[in-house]
Amino acid sequence: MINKIYADARTALSDVYDGSIIMLGGFGLCGIPENGITALLEMKVKNLTCISNNAGIDNFGIGVLLKSRQVKKMISSYVGENEEFERQLLAGELEVELIPQGTLAERIRAGGAGIPAFYTPAGFGTEVARGKEIRSFDGKNYLLENWLKADFSLVKAWKGDEAGNLIYHGTARNFNPMMATAGKITIAEVEELVPLGSLGPEEIHTPGIYVQRVFQGKNYEKRIEQRTITVTNQ
Amino acid sequence: MLDKNGIARRIAQELRDGYYVNLGIGIPTLVANFIPENIQVVLQSENGLLGIGPFPVESEVDADLINAGKQTITMALGSSLFDSAESFAMIRGGHIDLTILGAMEVSETGDIASWKIPGKMVKGMGGAMDLVASASNIIVAMQHVNKQGQSKLLQQCTLPLTGIKCVRKIVTELAVIDILPGIGFRLLERAPGVSVDEIRNATQGHMLADDDIPEMNI
Repeated sequence: MINKIYADARTALSDVYDGSIIMLGGFGLCGIPENGITALLEMKVKNLTCISNNAGIDNFGIGVLLKSRQVKKMISSYVGENEEFERQLLAGELEVELIPQGTLAERIRAGGAGIPAFYTPAGFGTEVARGKEIRSFDGKNYLLENWLKADFSLVKAWKGDEAGNLIYHGTARNFNPMMATAGKITIAEVEELVPLGSLGPEEIHTPGIYVQRVFQGKNYEKRIEQRTITVTNQ
Repeated sequence: MLDKNGIARRIAQELRDGYYVNLGIGIPTLVANFIPENIQVVLQSENGLLGIGPFPVESEVDADLINAGKQTITMALGSSLFDSAESFAMIRGGHIDLTILGAMEVSETGDIASWKIPGKMVKGMGGAMDLVASASNIIVAMQHVNKQGQSKLLQQCTLPLTGIKCVRKIVTELAVIDILPGIGFRLLERAPGVSVDEIRNATQGHMLADDDIPEMNI
């Protein structure tokens, strides 16, 4: 069997080049490839196109790559928590494509599933529809949206095995499974790398066929954006 | 006049037993606090959870378990987890019974603007465009006028649109209003102590109002 296991983020990402199109999993700071982002920062690769639902916060997640000016273009659905992002965007220093979240998810899914385009109602009658083919089905209007693919997909899973099979935890799954399918090279970082046979086949979320490289990440911070708790009187 | 919790409390009266509901960020999130005890609803979070539970106690906080507003949450009994494509398949496929979201402007034809102020605020639409384009039952929770005192219930939206001809009902601090296709806003209920004239003055779009508009029962 081809060895998919890499020692760490730096070795797994070593061939990422300037101008790469990179998908990064996560929703907010939940389920983001923390080690992969740090490696991109250290490698100083630039002119990146990043496809990710959000853009991190000012000092964490993709936010650190924005601050270091390594990102040329950002493709996201919501970027509200990042002042540096907003500044660069309003100053015209950063290219941004904002896409409805469901359309973003489906475009990535389509990219991995070999479907070049599909119709969706999201954005009809809005500026998102500009320049797109419109077609009516059963009296309702839909936009034609194209697939998205990436040179590298960086995904984060809870557990993974030597075959690249992945299991995600809680809502940290989000965009990771689709992105895993849509990268020419998909690099999975996992909290726990386990031997073959440790993961139940019925429990696998991402089958290993989609994953070219896997490494066990370290020092996960797992920052929380909105810590909300129920206060009990005890 | 209602406060934010009052708006949420009134919207909670629209919930029905067995509903699958998507709550947007802001006032809509508060609706979860006022679900009537005699009914069960399942809350969907578009980042991949069906069955949002209460906020966790300190010892339960899990960074891997958040809602679409990025708040830490718990899972209700019987909940399920899935990815974002599956989540929006539920939404686009019409499987959500009720969508409650905020807005900056709503027009008398049911258009909604909620995601962008050109040159000033660029946050993105998140899942709002998918939700409003797909749901058949959409309630907007918002303030009746903006911070400058201008009406947010307009003949036509001025800000970039999130969706067109989609809003069914609006609940504000002043009123409950529905939208009649081809006619415009229709006043259904007044907030306690608020007159029809006050609501009319705060509404720029065309609004029908009977002589005898009941006060909300909350």
